[in-house]
Amino acid sequence: MKTRSIASLLLTTALTTALTIAAAGVASAQDKTVKIGALSDQSGLYADLGGPGSTLAAQMAVEDSGLAAKGWKIDIISGDHQNKPDIGTAIARQWFDVDKVDVIVDVPNSGVALAVNNVIKEKNGVYINSGAATSDLTNAQCSPNTVHWTYDTYMLAHTTGQALVKAGGDTWFFLTADYAFGAALERDTTAVVTANGGKVIGGVKHPLNTPDFSSFLLQAQSSKAKVIGLANAGGDTTNTIKQAAEFGIGKGGQKLAALLLFLTDVKAIGLETAQGLNFTETFYWDMNDQTRAFSKRFAAKMKNNAPPTMVQAGVYAGVRHYLKALEAVGGNPHDGVKIVEKMKSMPTEDDLFGKGEIQPNGRTIHSAYLFEVKKPSESKGPWDFYKLVGSVPGDQAFTPLSESKCALLKK
Amino acid sequence: MQALYAQLLVGLINGSFYALLSLGLAVIFGMLNIINFAHGALYMMGAFVAYFLLNLGGINYWWALLLAPVIVGIFGMILERTMLQWLTGLDHLYGLLLTFGIALIVQGVFQNYFGSSGLPYAIPDQLRGGMNLGFMFLPIYRGWVVVFSLVVCLATWFLIEKTQLGAYLRAATENPTLVRAFGINVPRMITLTYGLGVGLAALAGVLSAPINQVRPLMGADLIIVVFAVVVIGGMGSIMGSIITGFALGVIEGLTKYFYPEASNTVVFVLMVLVLLVKPTGLTGRAA
Repeated sequence: MKTRSIASLLLTTALTTALTIAAAGVASAQDKTVKIGALSDQSGLYADLGGPGSTLAAQMAVEDSGLAAKGWKIDIISGDHQNKPDIGTAIARQWFDVDKVDVIVDVPNSGVALAVNNVIKEKNGVYINSGAATSDLTNAQCSPNTVHWTYDTYMLAHTTGQALVKAGGDTWFFLTADYAFGAALERDTTAVVTANGGKVIGGVKHPLNTPDFSSFLLQAQSSKAKVIGLANAGGDTTNTIKQAAEFGIGKGGQKLAALLLFLTDVKAIGLETAQGLNFTETFYWDMNDQTRAFSKRFAAKMKNNAPPTMVQAGVYAGVRHYLKALEAVGGNPHDGVKIVEKMKSMPTEDDLFGKGEIQPNGRTIHSAYLFEVKKPSESKGPWDFYKLVGSVPGDQAFTPLSESKCALLKK
Repeated sequence: MQALYAQLLVGLINGSFYALLSLGLAVIFGMLNIINFAHGALYMMGAFVAYFLLNLGGINYWWALLLAPVIVGIFGMILERTMLQWLTGLDHLYGLLLTFGIALIVQGVFQNYFGSSGLPYAIPDQLRGGMNLGFMFLPIYRGWVVVFSLVVCLATWFLIEKTQLGAYLRAATENPTLVRAFGINVPRMITLTYGLGVGLAALAGVLSAPINQVRPLMGADLIIVVFAVVVIGGMGSIMGSIITGFALGVIEGLTKYFYPEASNTVVFVLMVLVLLVKPTGLTGRAA
C-alpha cells in the first residue's frame, strides 16, 4: 500500500512537472495575436494607388491565410501619413508604443518610407513596404526589419529606361518630383542611360503636387531631347502626360517616358491621351486566371469596383508571406528581425506575383513586365488598359547583390 | 530670349485662373464681408459639374461654360441663405471658419465618391491643336482661356463699378439701412452677389477641367495661392485682384524657369514683402 502511494506520488509529480514545462514552452510560442498597421496616403495624390485599397488588400490577405480558424487573432488598423515624413513617423511611433503594432505595411512616398524605416528598425518591428519606390530601402539604407515588395527605382530604370535607350532614345531630359523618390528615380535612370551610351542633357525639379506643368514642359521641349523622362508619380504624372499632349509633345518627335505609371493613373488620364505609353509594372489584374480571380474579389469590395494596383497587390502578397512565416514559427515572437529572417528563408509564392524570393538585403524579386497602354478601340472594358509587350525575369530586373551597398550583406 | 517669351505667355495663362478666382473672392469679400474659404471647393464643383454634364447628359463644353456656373451658383445661394446670412455683422473669422468647414465637407464627399486621381475631361474639338508662334507652341485651348477670362473679368468689373446695379450693390454694403429705405431688397441682392462670386469660381473650374484632371482636391491646391493673390491685390478691390492675378501668374511662370524649386513659394514671399510695405495690399483701401 505504502509502496503504491509513493509510486503514484512520484508519478503525479513527474507528470505535473512535465506538463508545466510543456505548457510554459507552448505559452511562449503560442502567442497568436498579431496587429497590422496599414500606413498610407489616404487622401492625397497617392490615395488611389495605395490608400484604402491597401488596407483592403491586407484584410484579404488575413482572411485568405485561414489563420483565424487556427486560433489566431489578427487585427488591422490604418493611418494617413499625408505624404509628410513627420506625420508618418509620429503614427509609426504611436503604433509601436501604444497600440502594440507588429508590422507596418505599404507606405507610399519614398520620403515618408525612409523616415518610417528608421523608426521600425529602432522598435524592432516588421516593415513590408509596397508603395514606396526608392531603391535605397534595400540598398544604402537597408534594414534587417525591412522587406521591400513590388517595385523600386532601380527596377523601373532598368526596364523602361533601358528599353527606351535601346529603341534609339539616347538623349534625355528629366522632369523630376523634388523629393527622395524623384531624386532616386532620376539617379538610377541616369545611370542606365549613360551605361547604354545615352546622354542626359538637362532636367528640372518640380515641387510635389504641382497642378501646372506647362513651364517645365516648355523647357523640356526646347531642350530637343529625344526622351522626356518623368521621374514623378500619381497626380503629378497624370497632369504631365495630359499637358504634354496639349503642347504637342509626342507629335513633335519627342517621346514621353512615364517611368512610373499605375493603373489608376491611366484611368485618370483616359486612353485617348494615354494610348501608346510604355511603362513597367510587376502586377496587372488581367495577367492570368489567378490574378483575375483575386482582382474580381477585390474589385467587388472596392469603391468604383476598381481592381487592385500593383501597390495594393504587393500589400496582399507581402502580408500573406509574413503570415506564412509567423505560422511556420508557430506563434508571434514579437521580434521583427527574427520574423524577417524567417520570411527571407522561405521562397515566396502567391497567386499575384508567382514564385520569387526575398534577398538578404530585404528586396523581394519577381518578374517585371513591360506594358503599353491600349488604344481606346482595343479596350474591352472599364479597366482593360494594358497590352503586355515584354517581361524581364526578377534576377535581371532588380539590383544584383554584387552591386548592392546594403550593410547586411557584409556580415 | 525666346524661352522667356514662352514663359511669360504660360504665366499669363495661369494668371487667368488666379484672376478669375481672386475676382470672385474680391466680389464676395467686398459685398458680403465674408472671407470665402469654400471658393476652392466651389471651383472644383464647377469642373465636376462640367464632367457630369458631358458624361451623364451628353452636354458639351460650351453649354457647360454656361450651365455649370449657374448650377454651382444656385448651390452657393442656398449656402448663403441657409448658413452664411446668419453671420452678418459678426467678425470675419466666423465666416472664414464656416466656409473652411464647408470646403472640407464638400471636398471630403467628392473624394469619398471619386477617389483622388481624378477624371479625364477632353479638350473640345473646336479648340484642339495649337499654333506655332515661333518662340513656342501655343495650344489653342490655352490661348482661349486667356482671352475668355480677360473678357469675363472686365465684364464683371464693368458690372460692379459702372452700372446702376453695381452702384446699388456698393451702396448696400456701405449702408444697408439707407438702401433698404429706397425699397431695394438688400438680402436678396447679397444672395445674388454670393451666387455671382461662386459662379465665377465654377466658371474657372470648367475652364480648368480640360487642362488639369477633374480632381476633388484641385481647389484645395489652388486656394491658398489665390488668397495670397487677393491679399497682395488688396482685399475687396476688384481691379486689384484682376491685375494681381495675371501679374502673379507671370511671376510664378518666370520663377519656374529660373528657379523651379521656389515656384510654389514665390507668391508667398511676395505677399510678405507687400504686406510689410503696404498692409492694405497694392490697391486696397484702408479699412
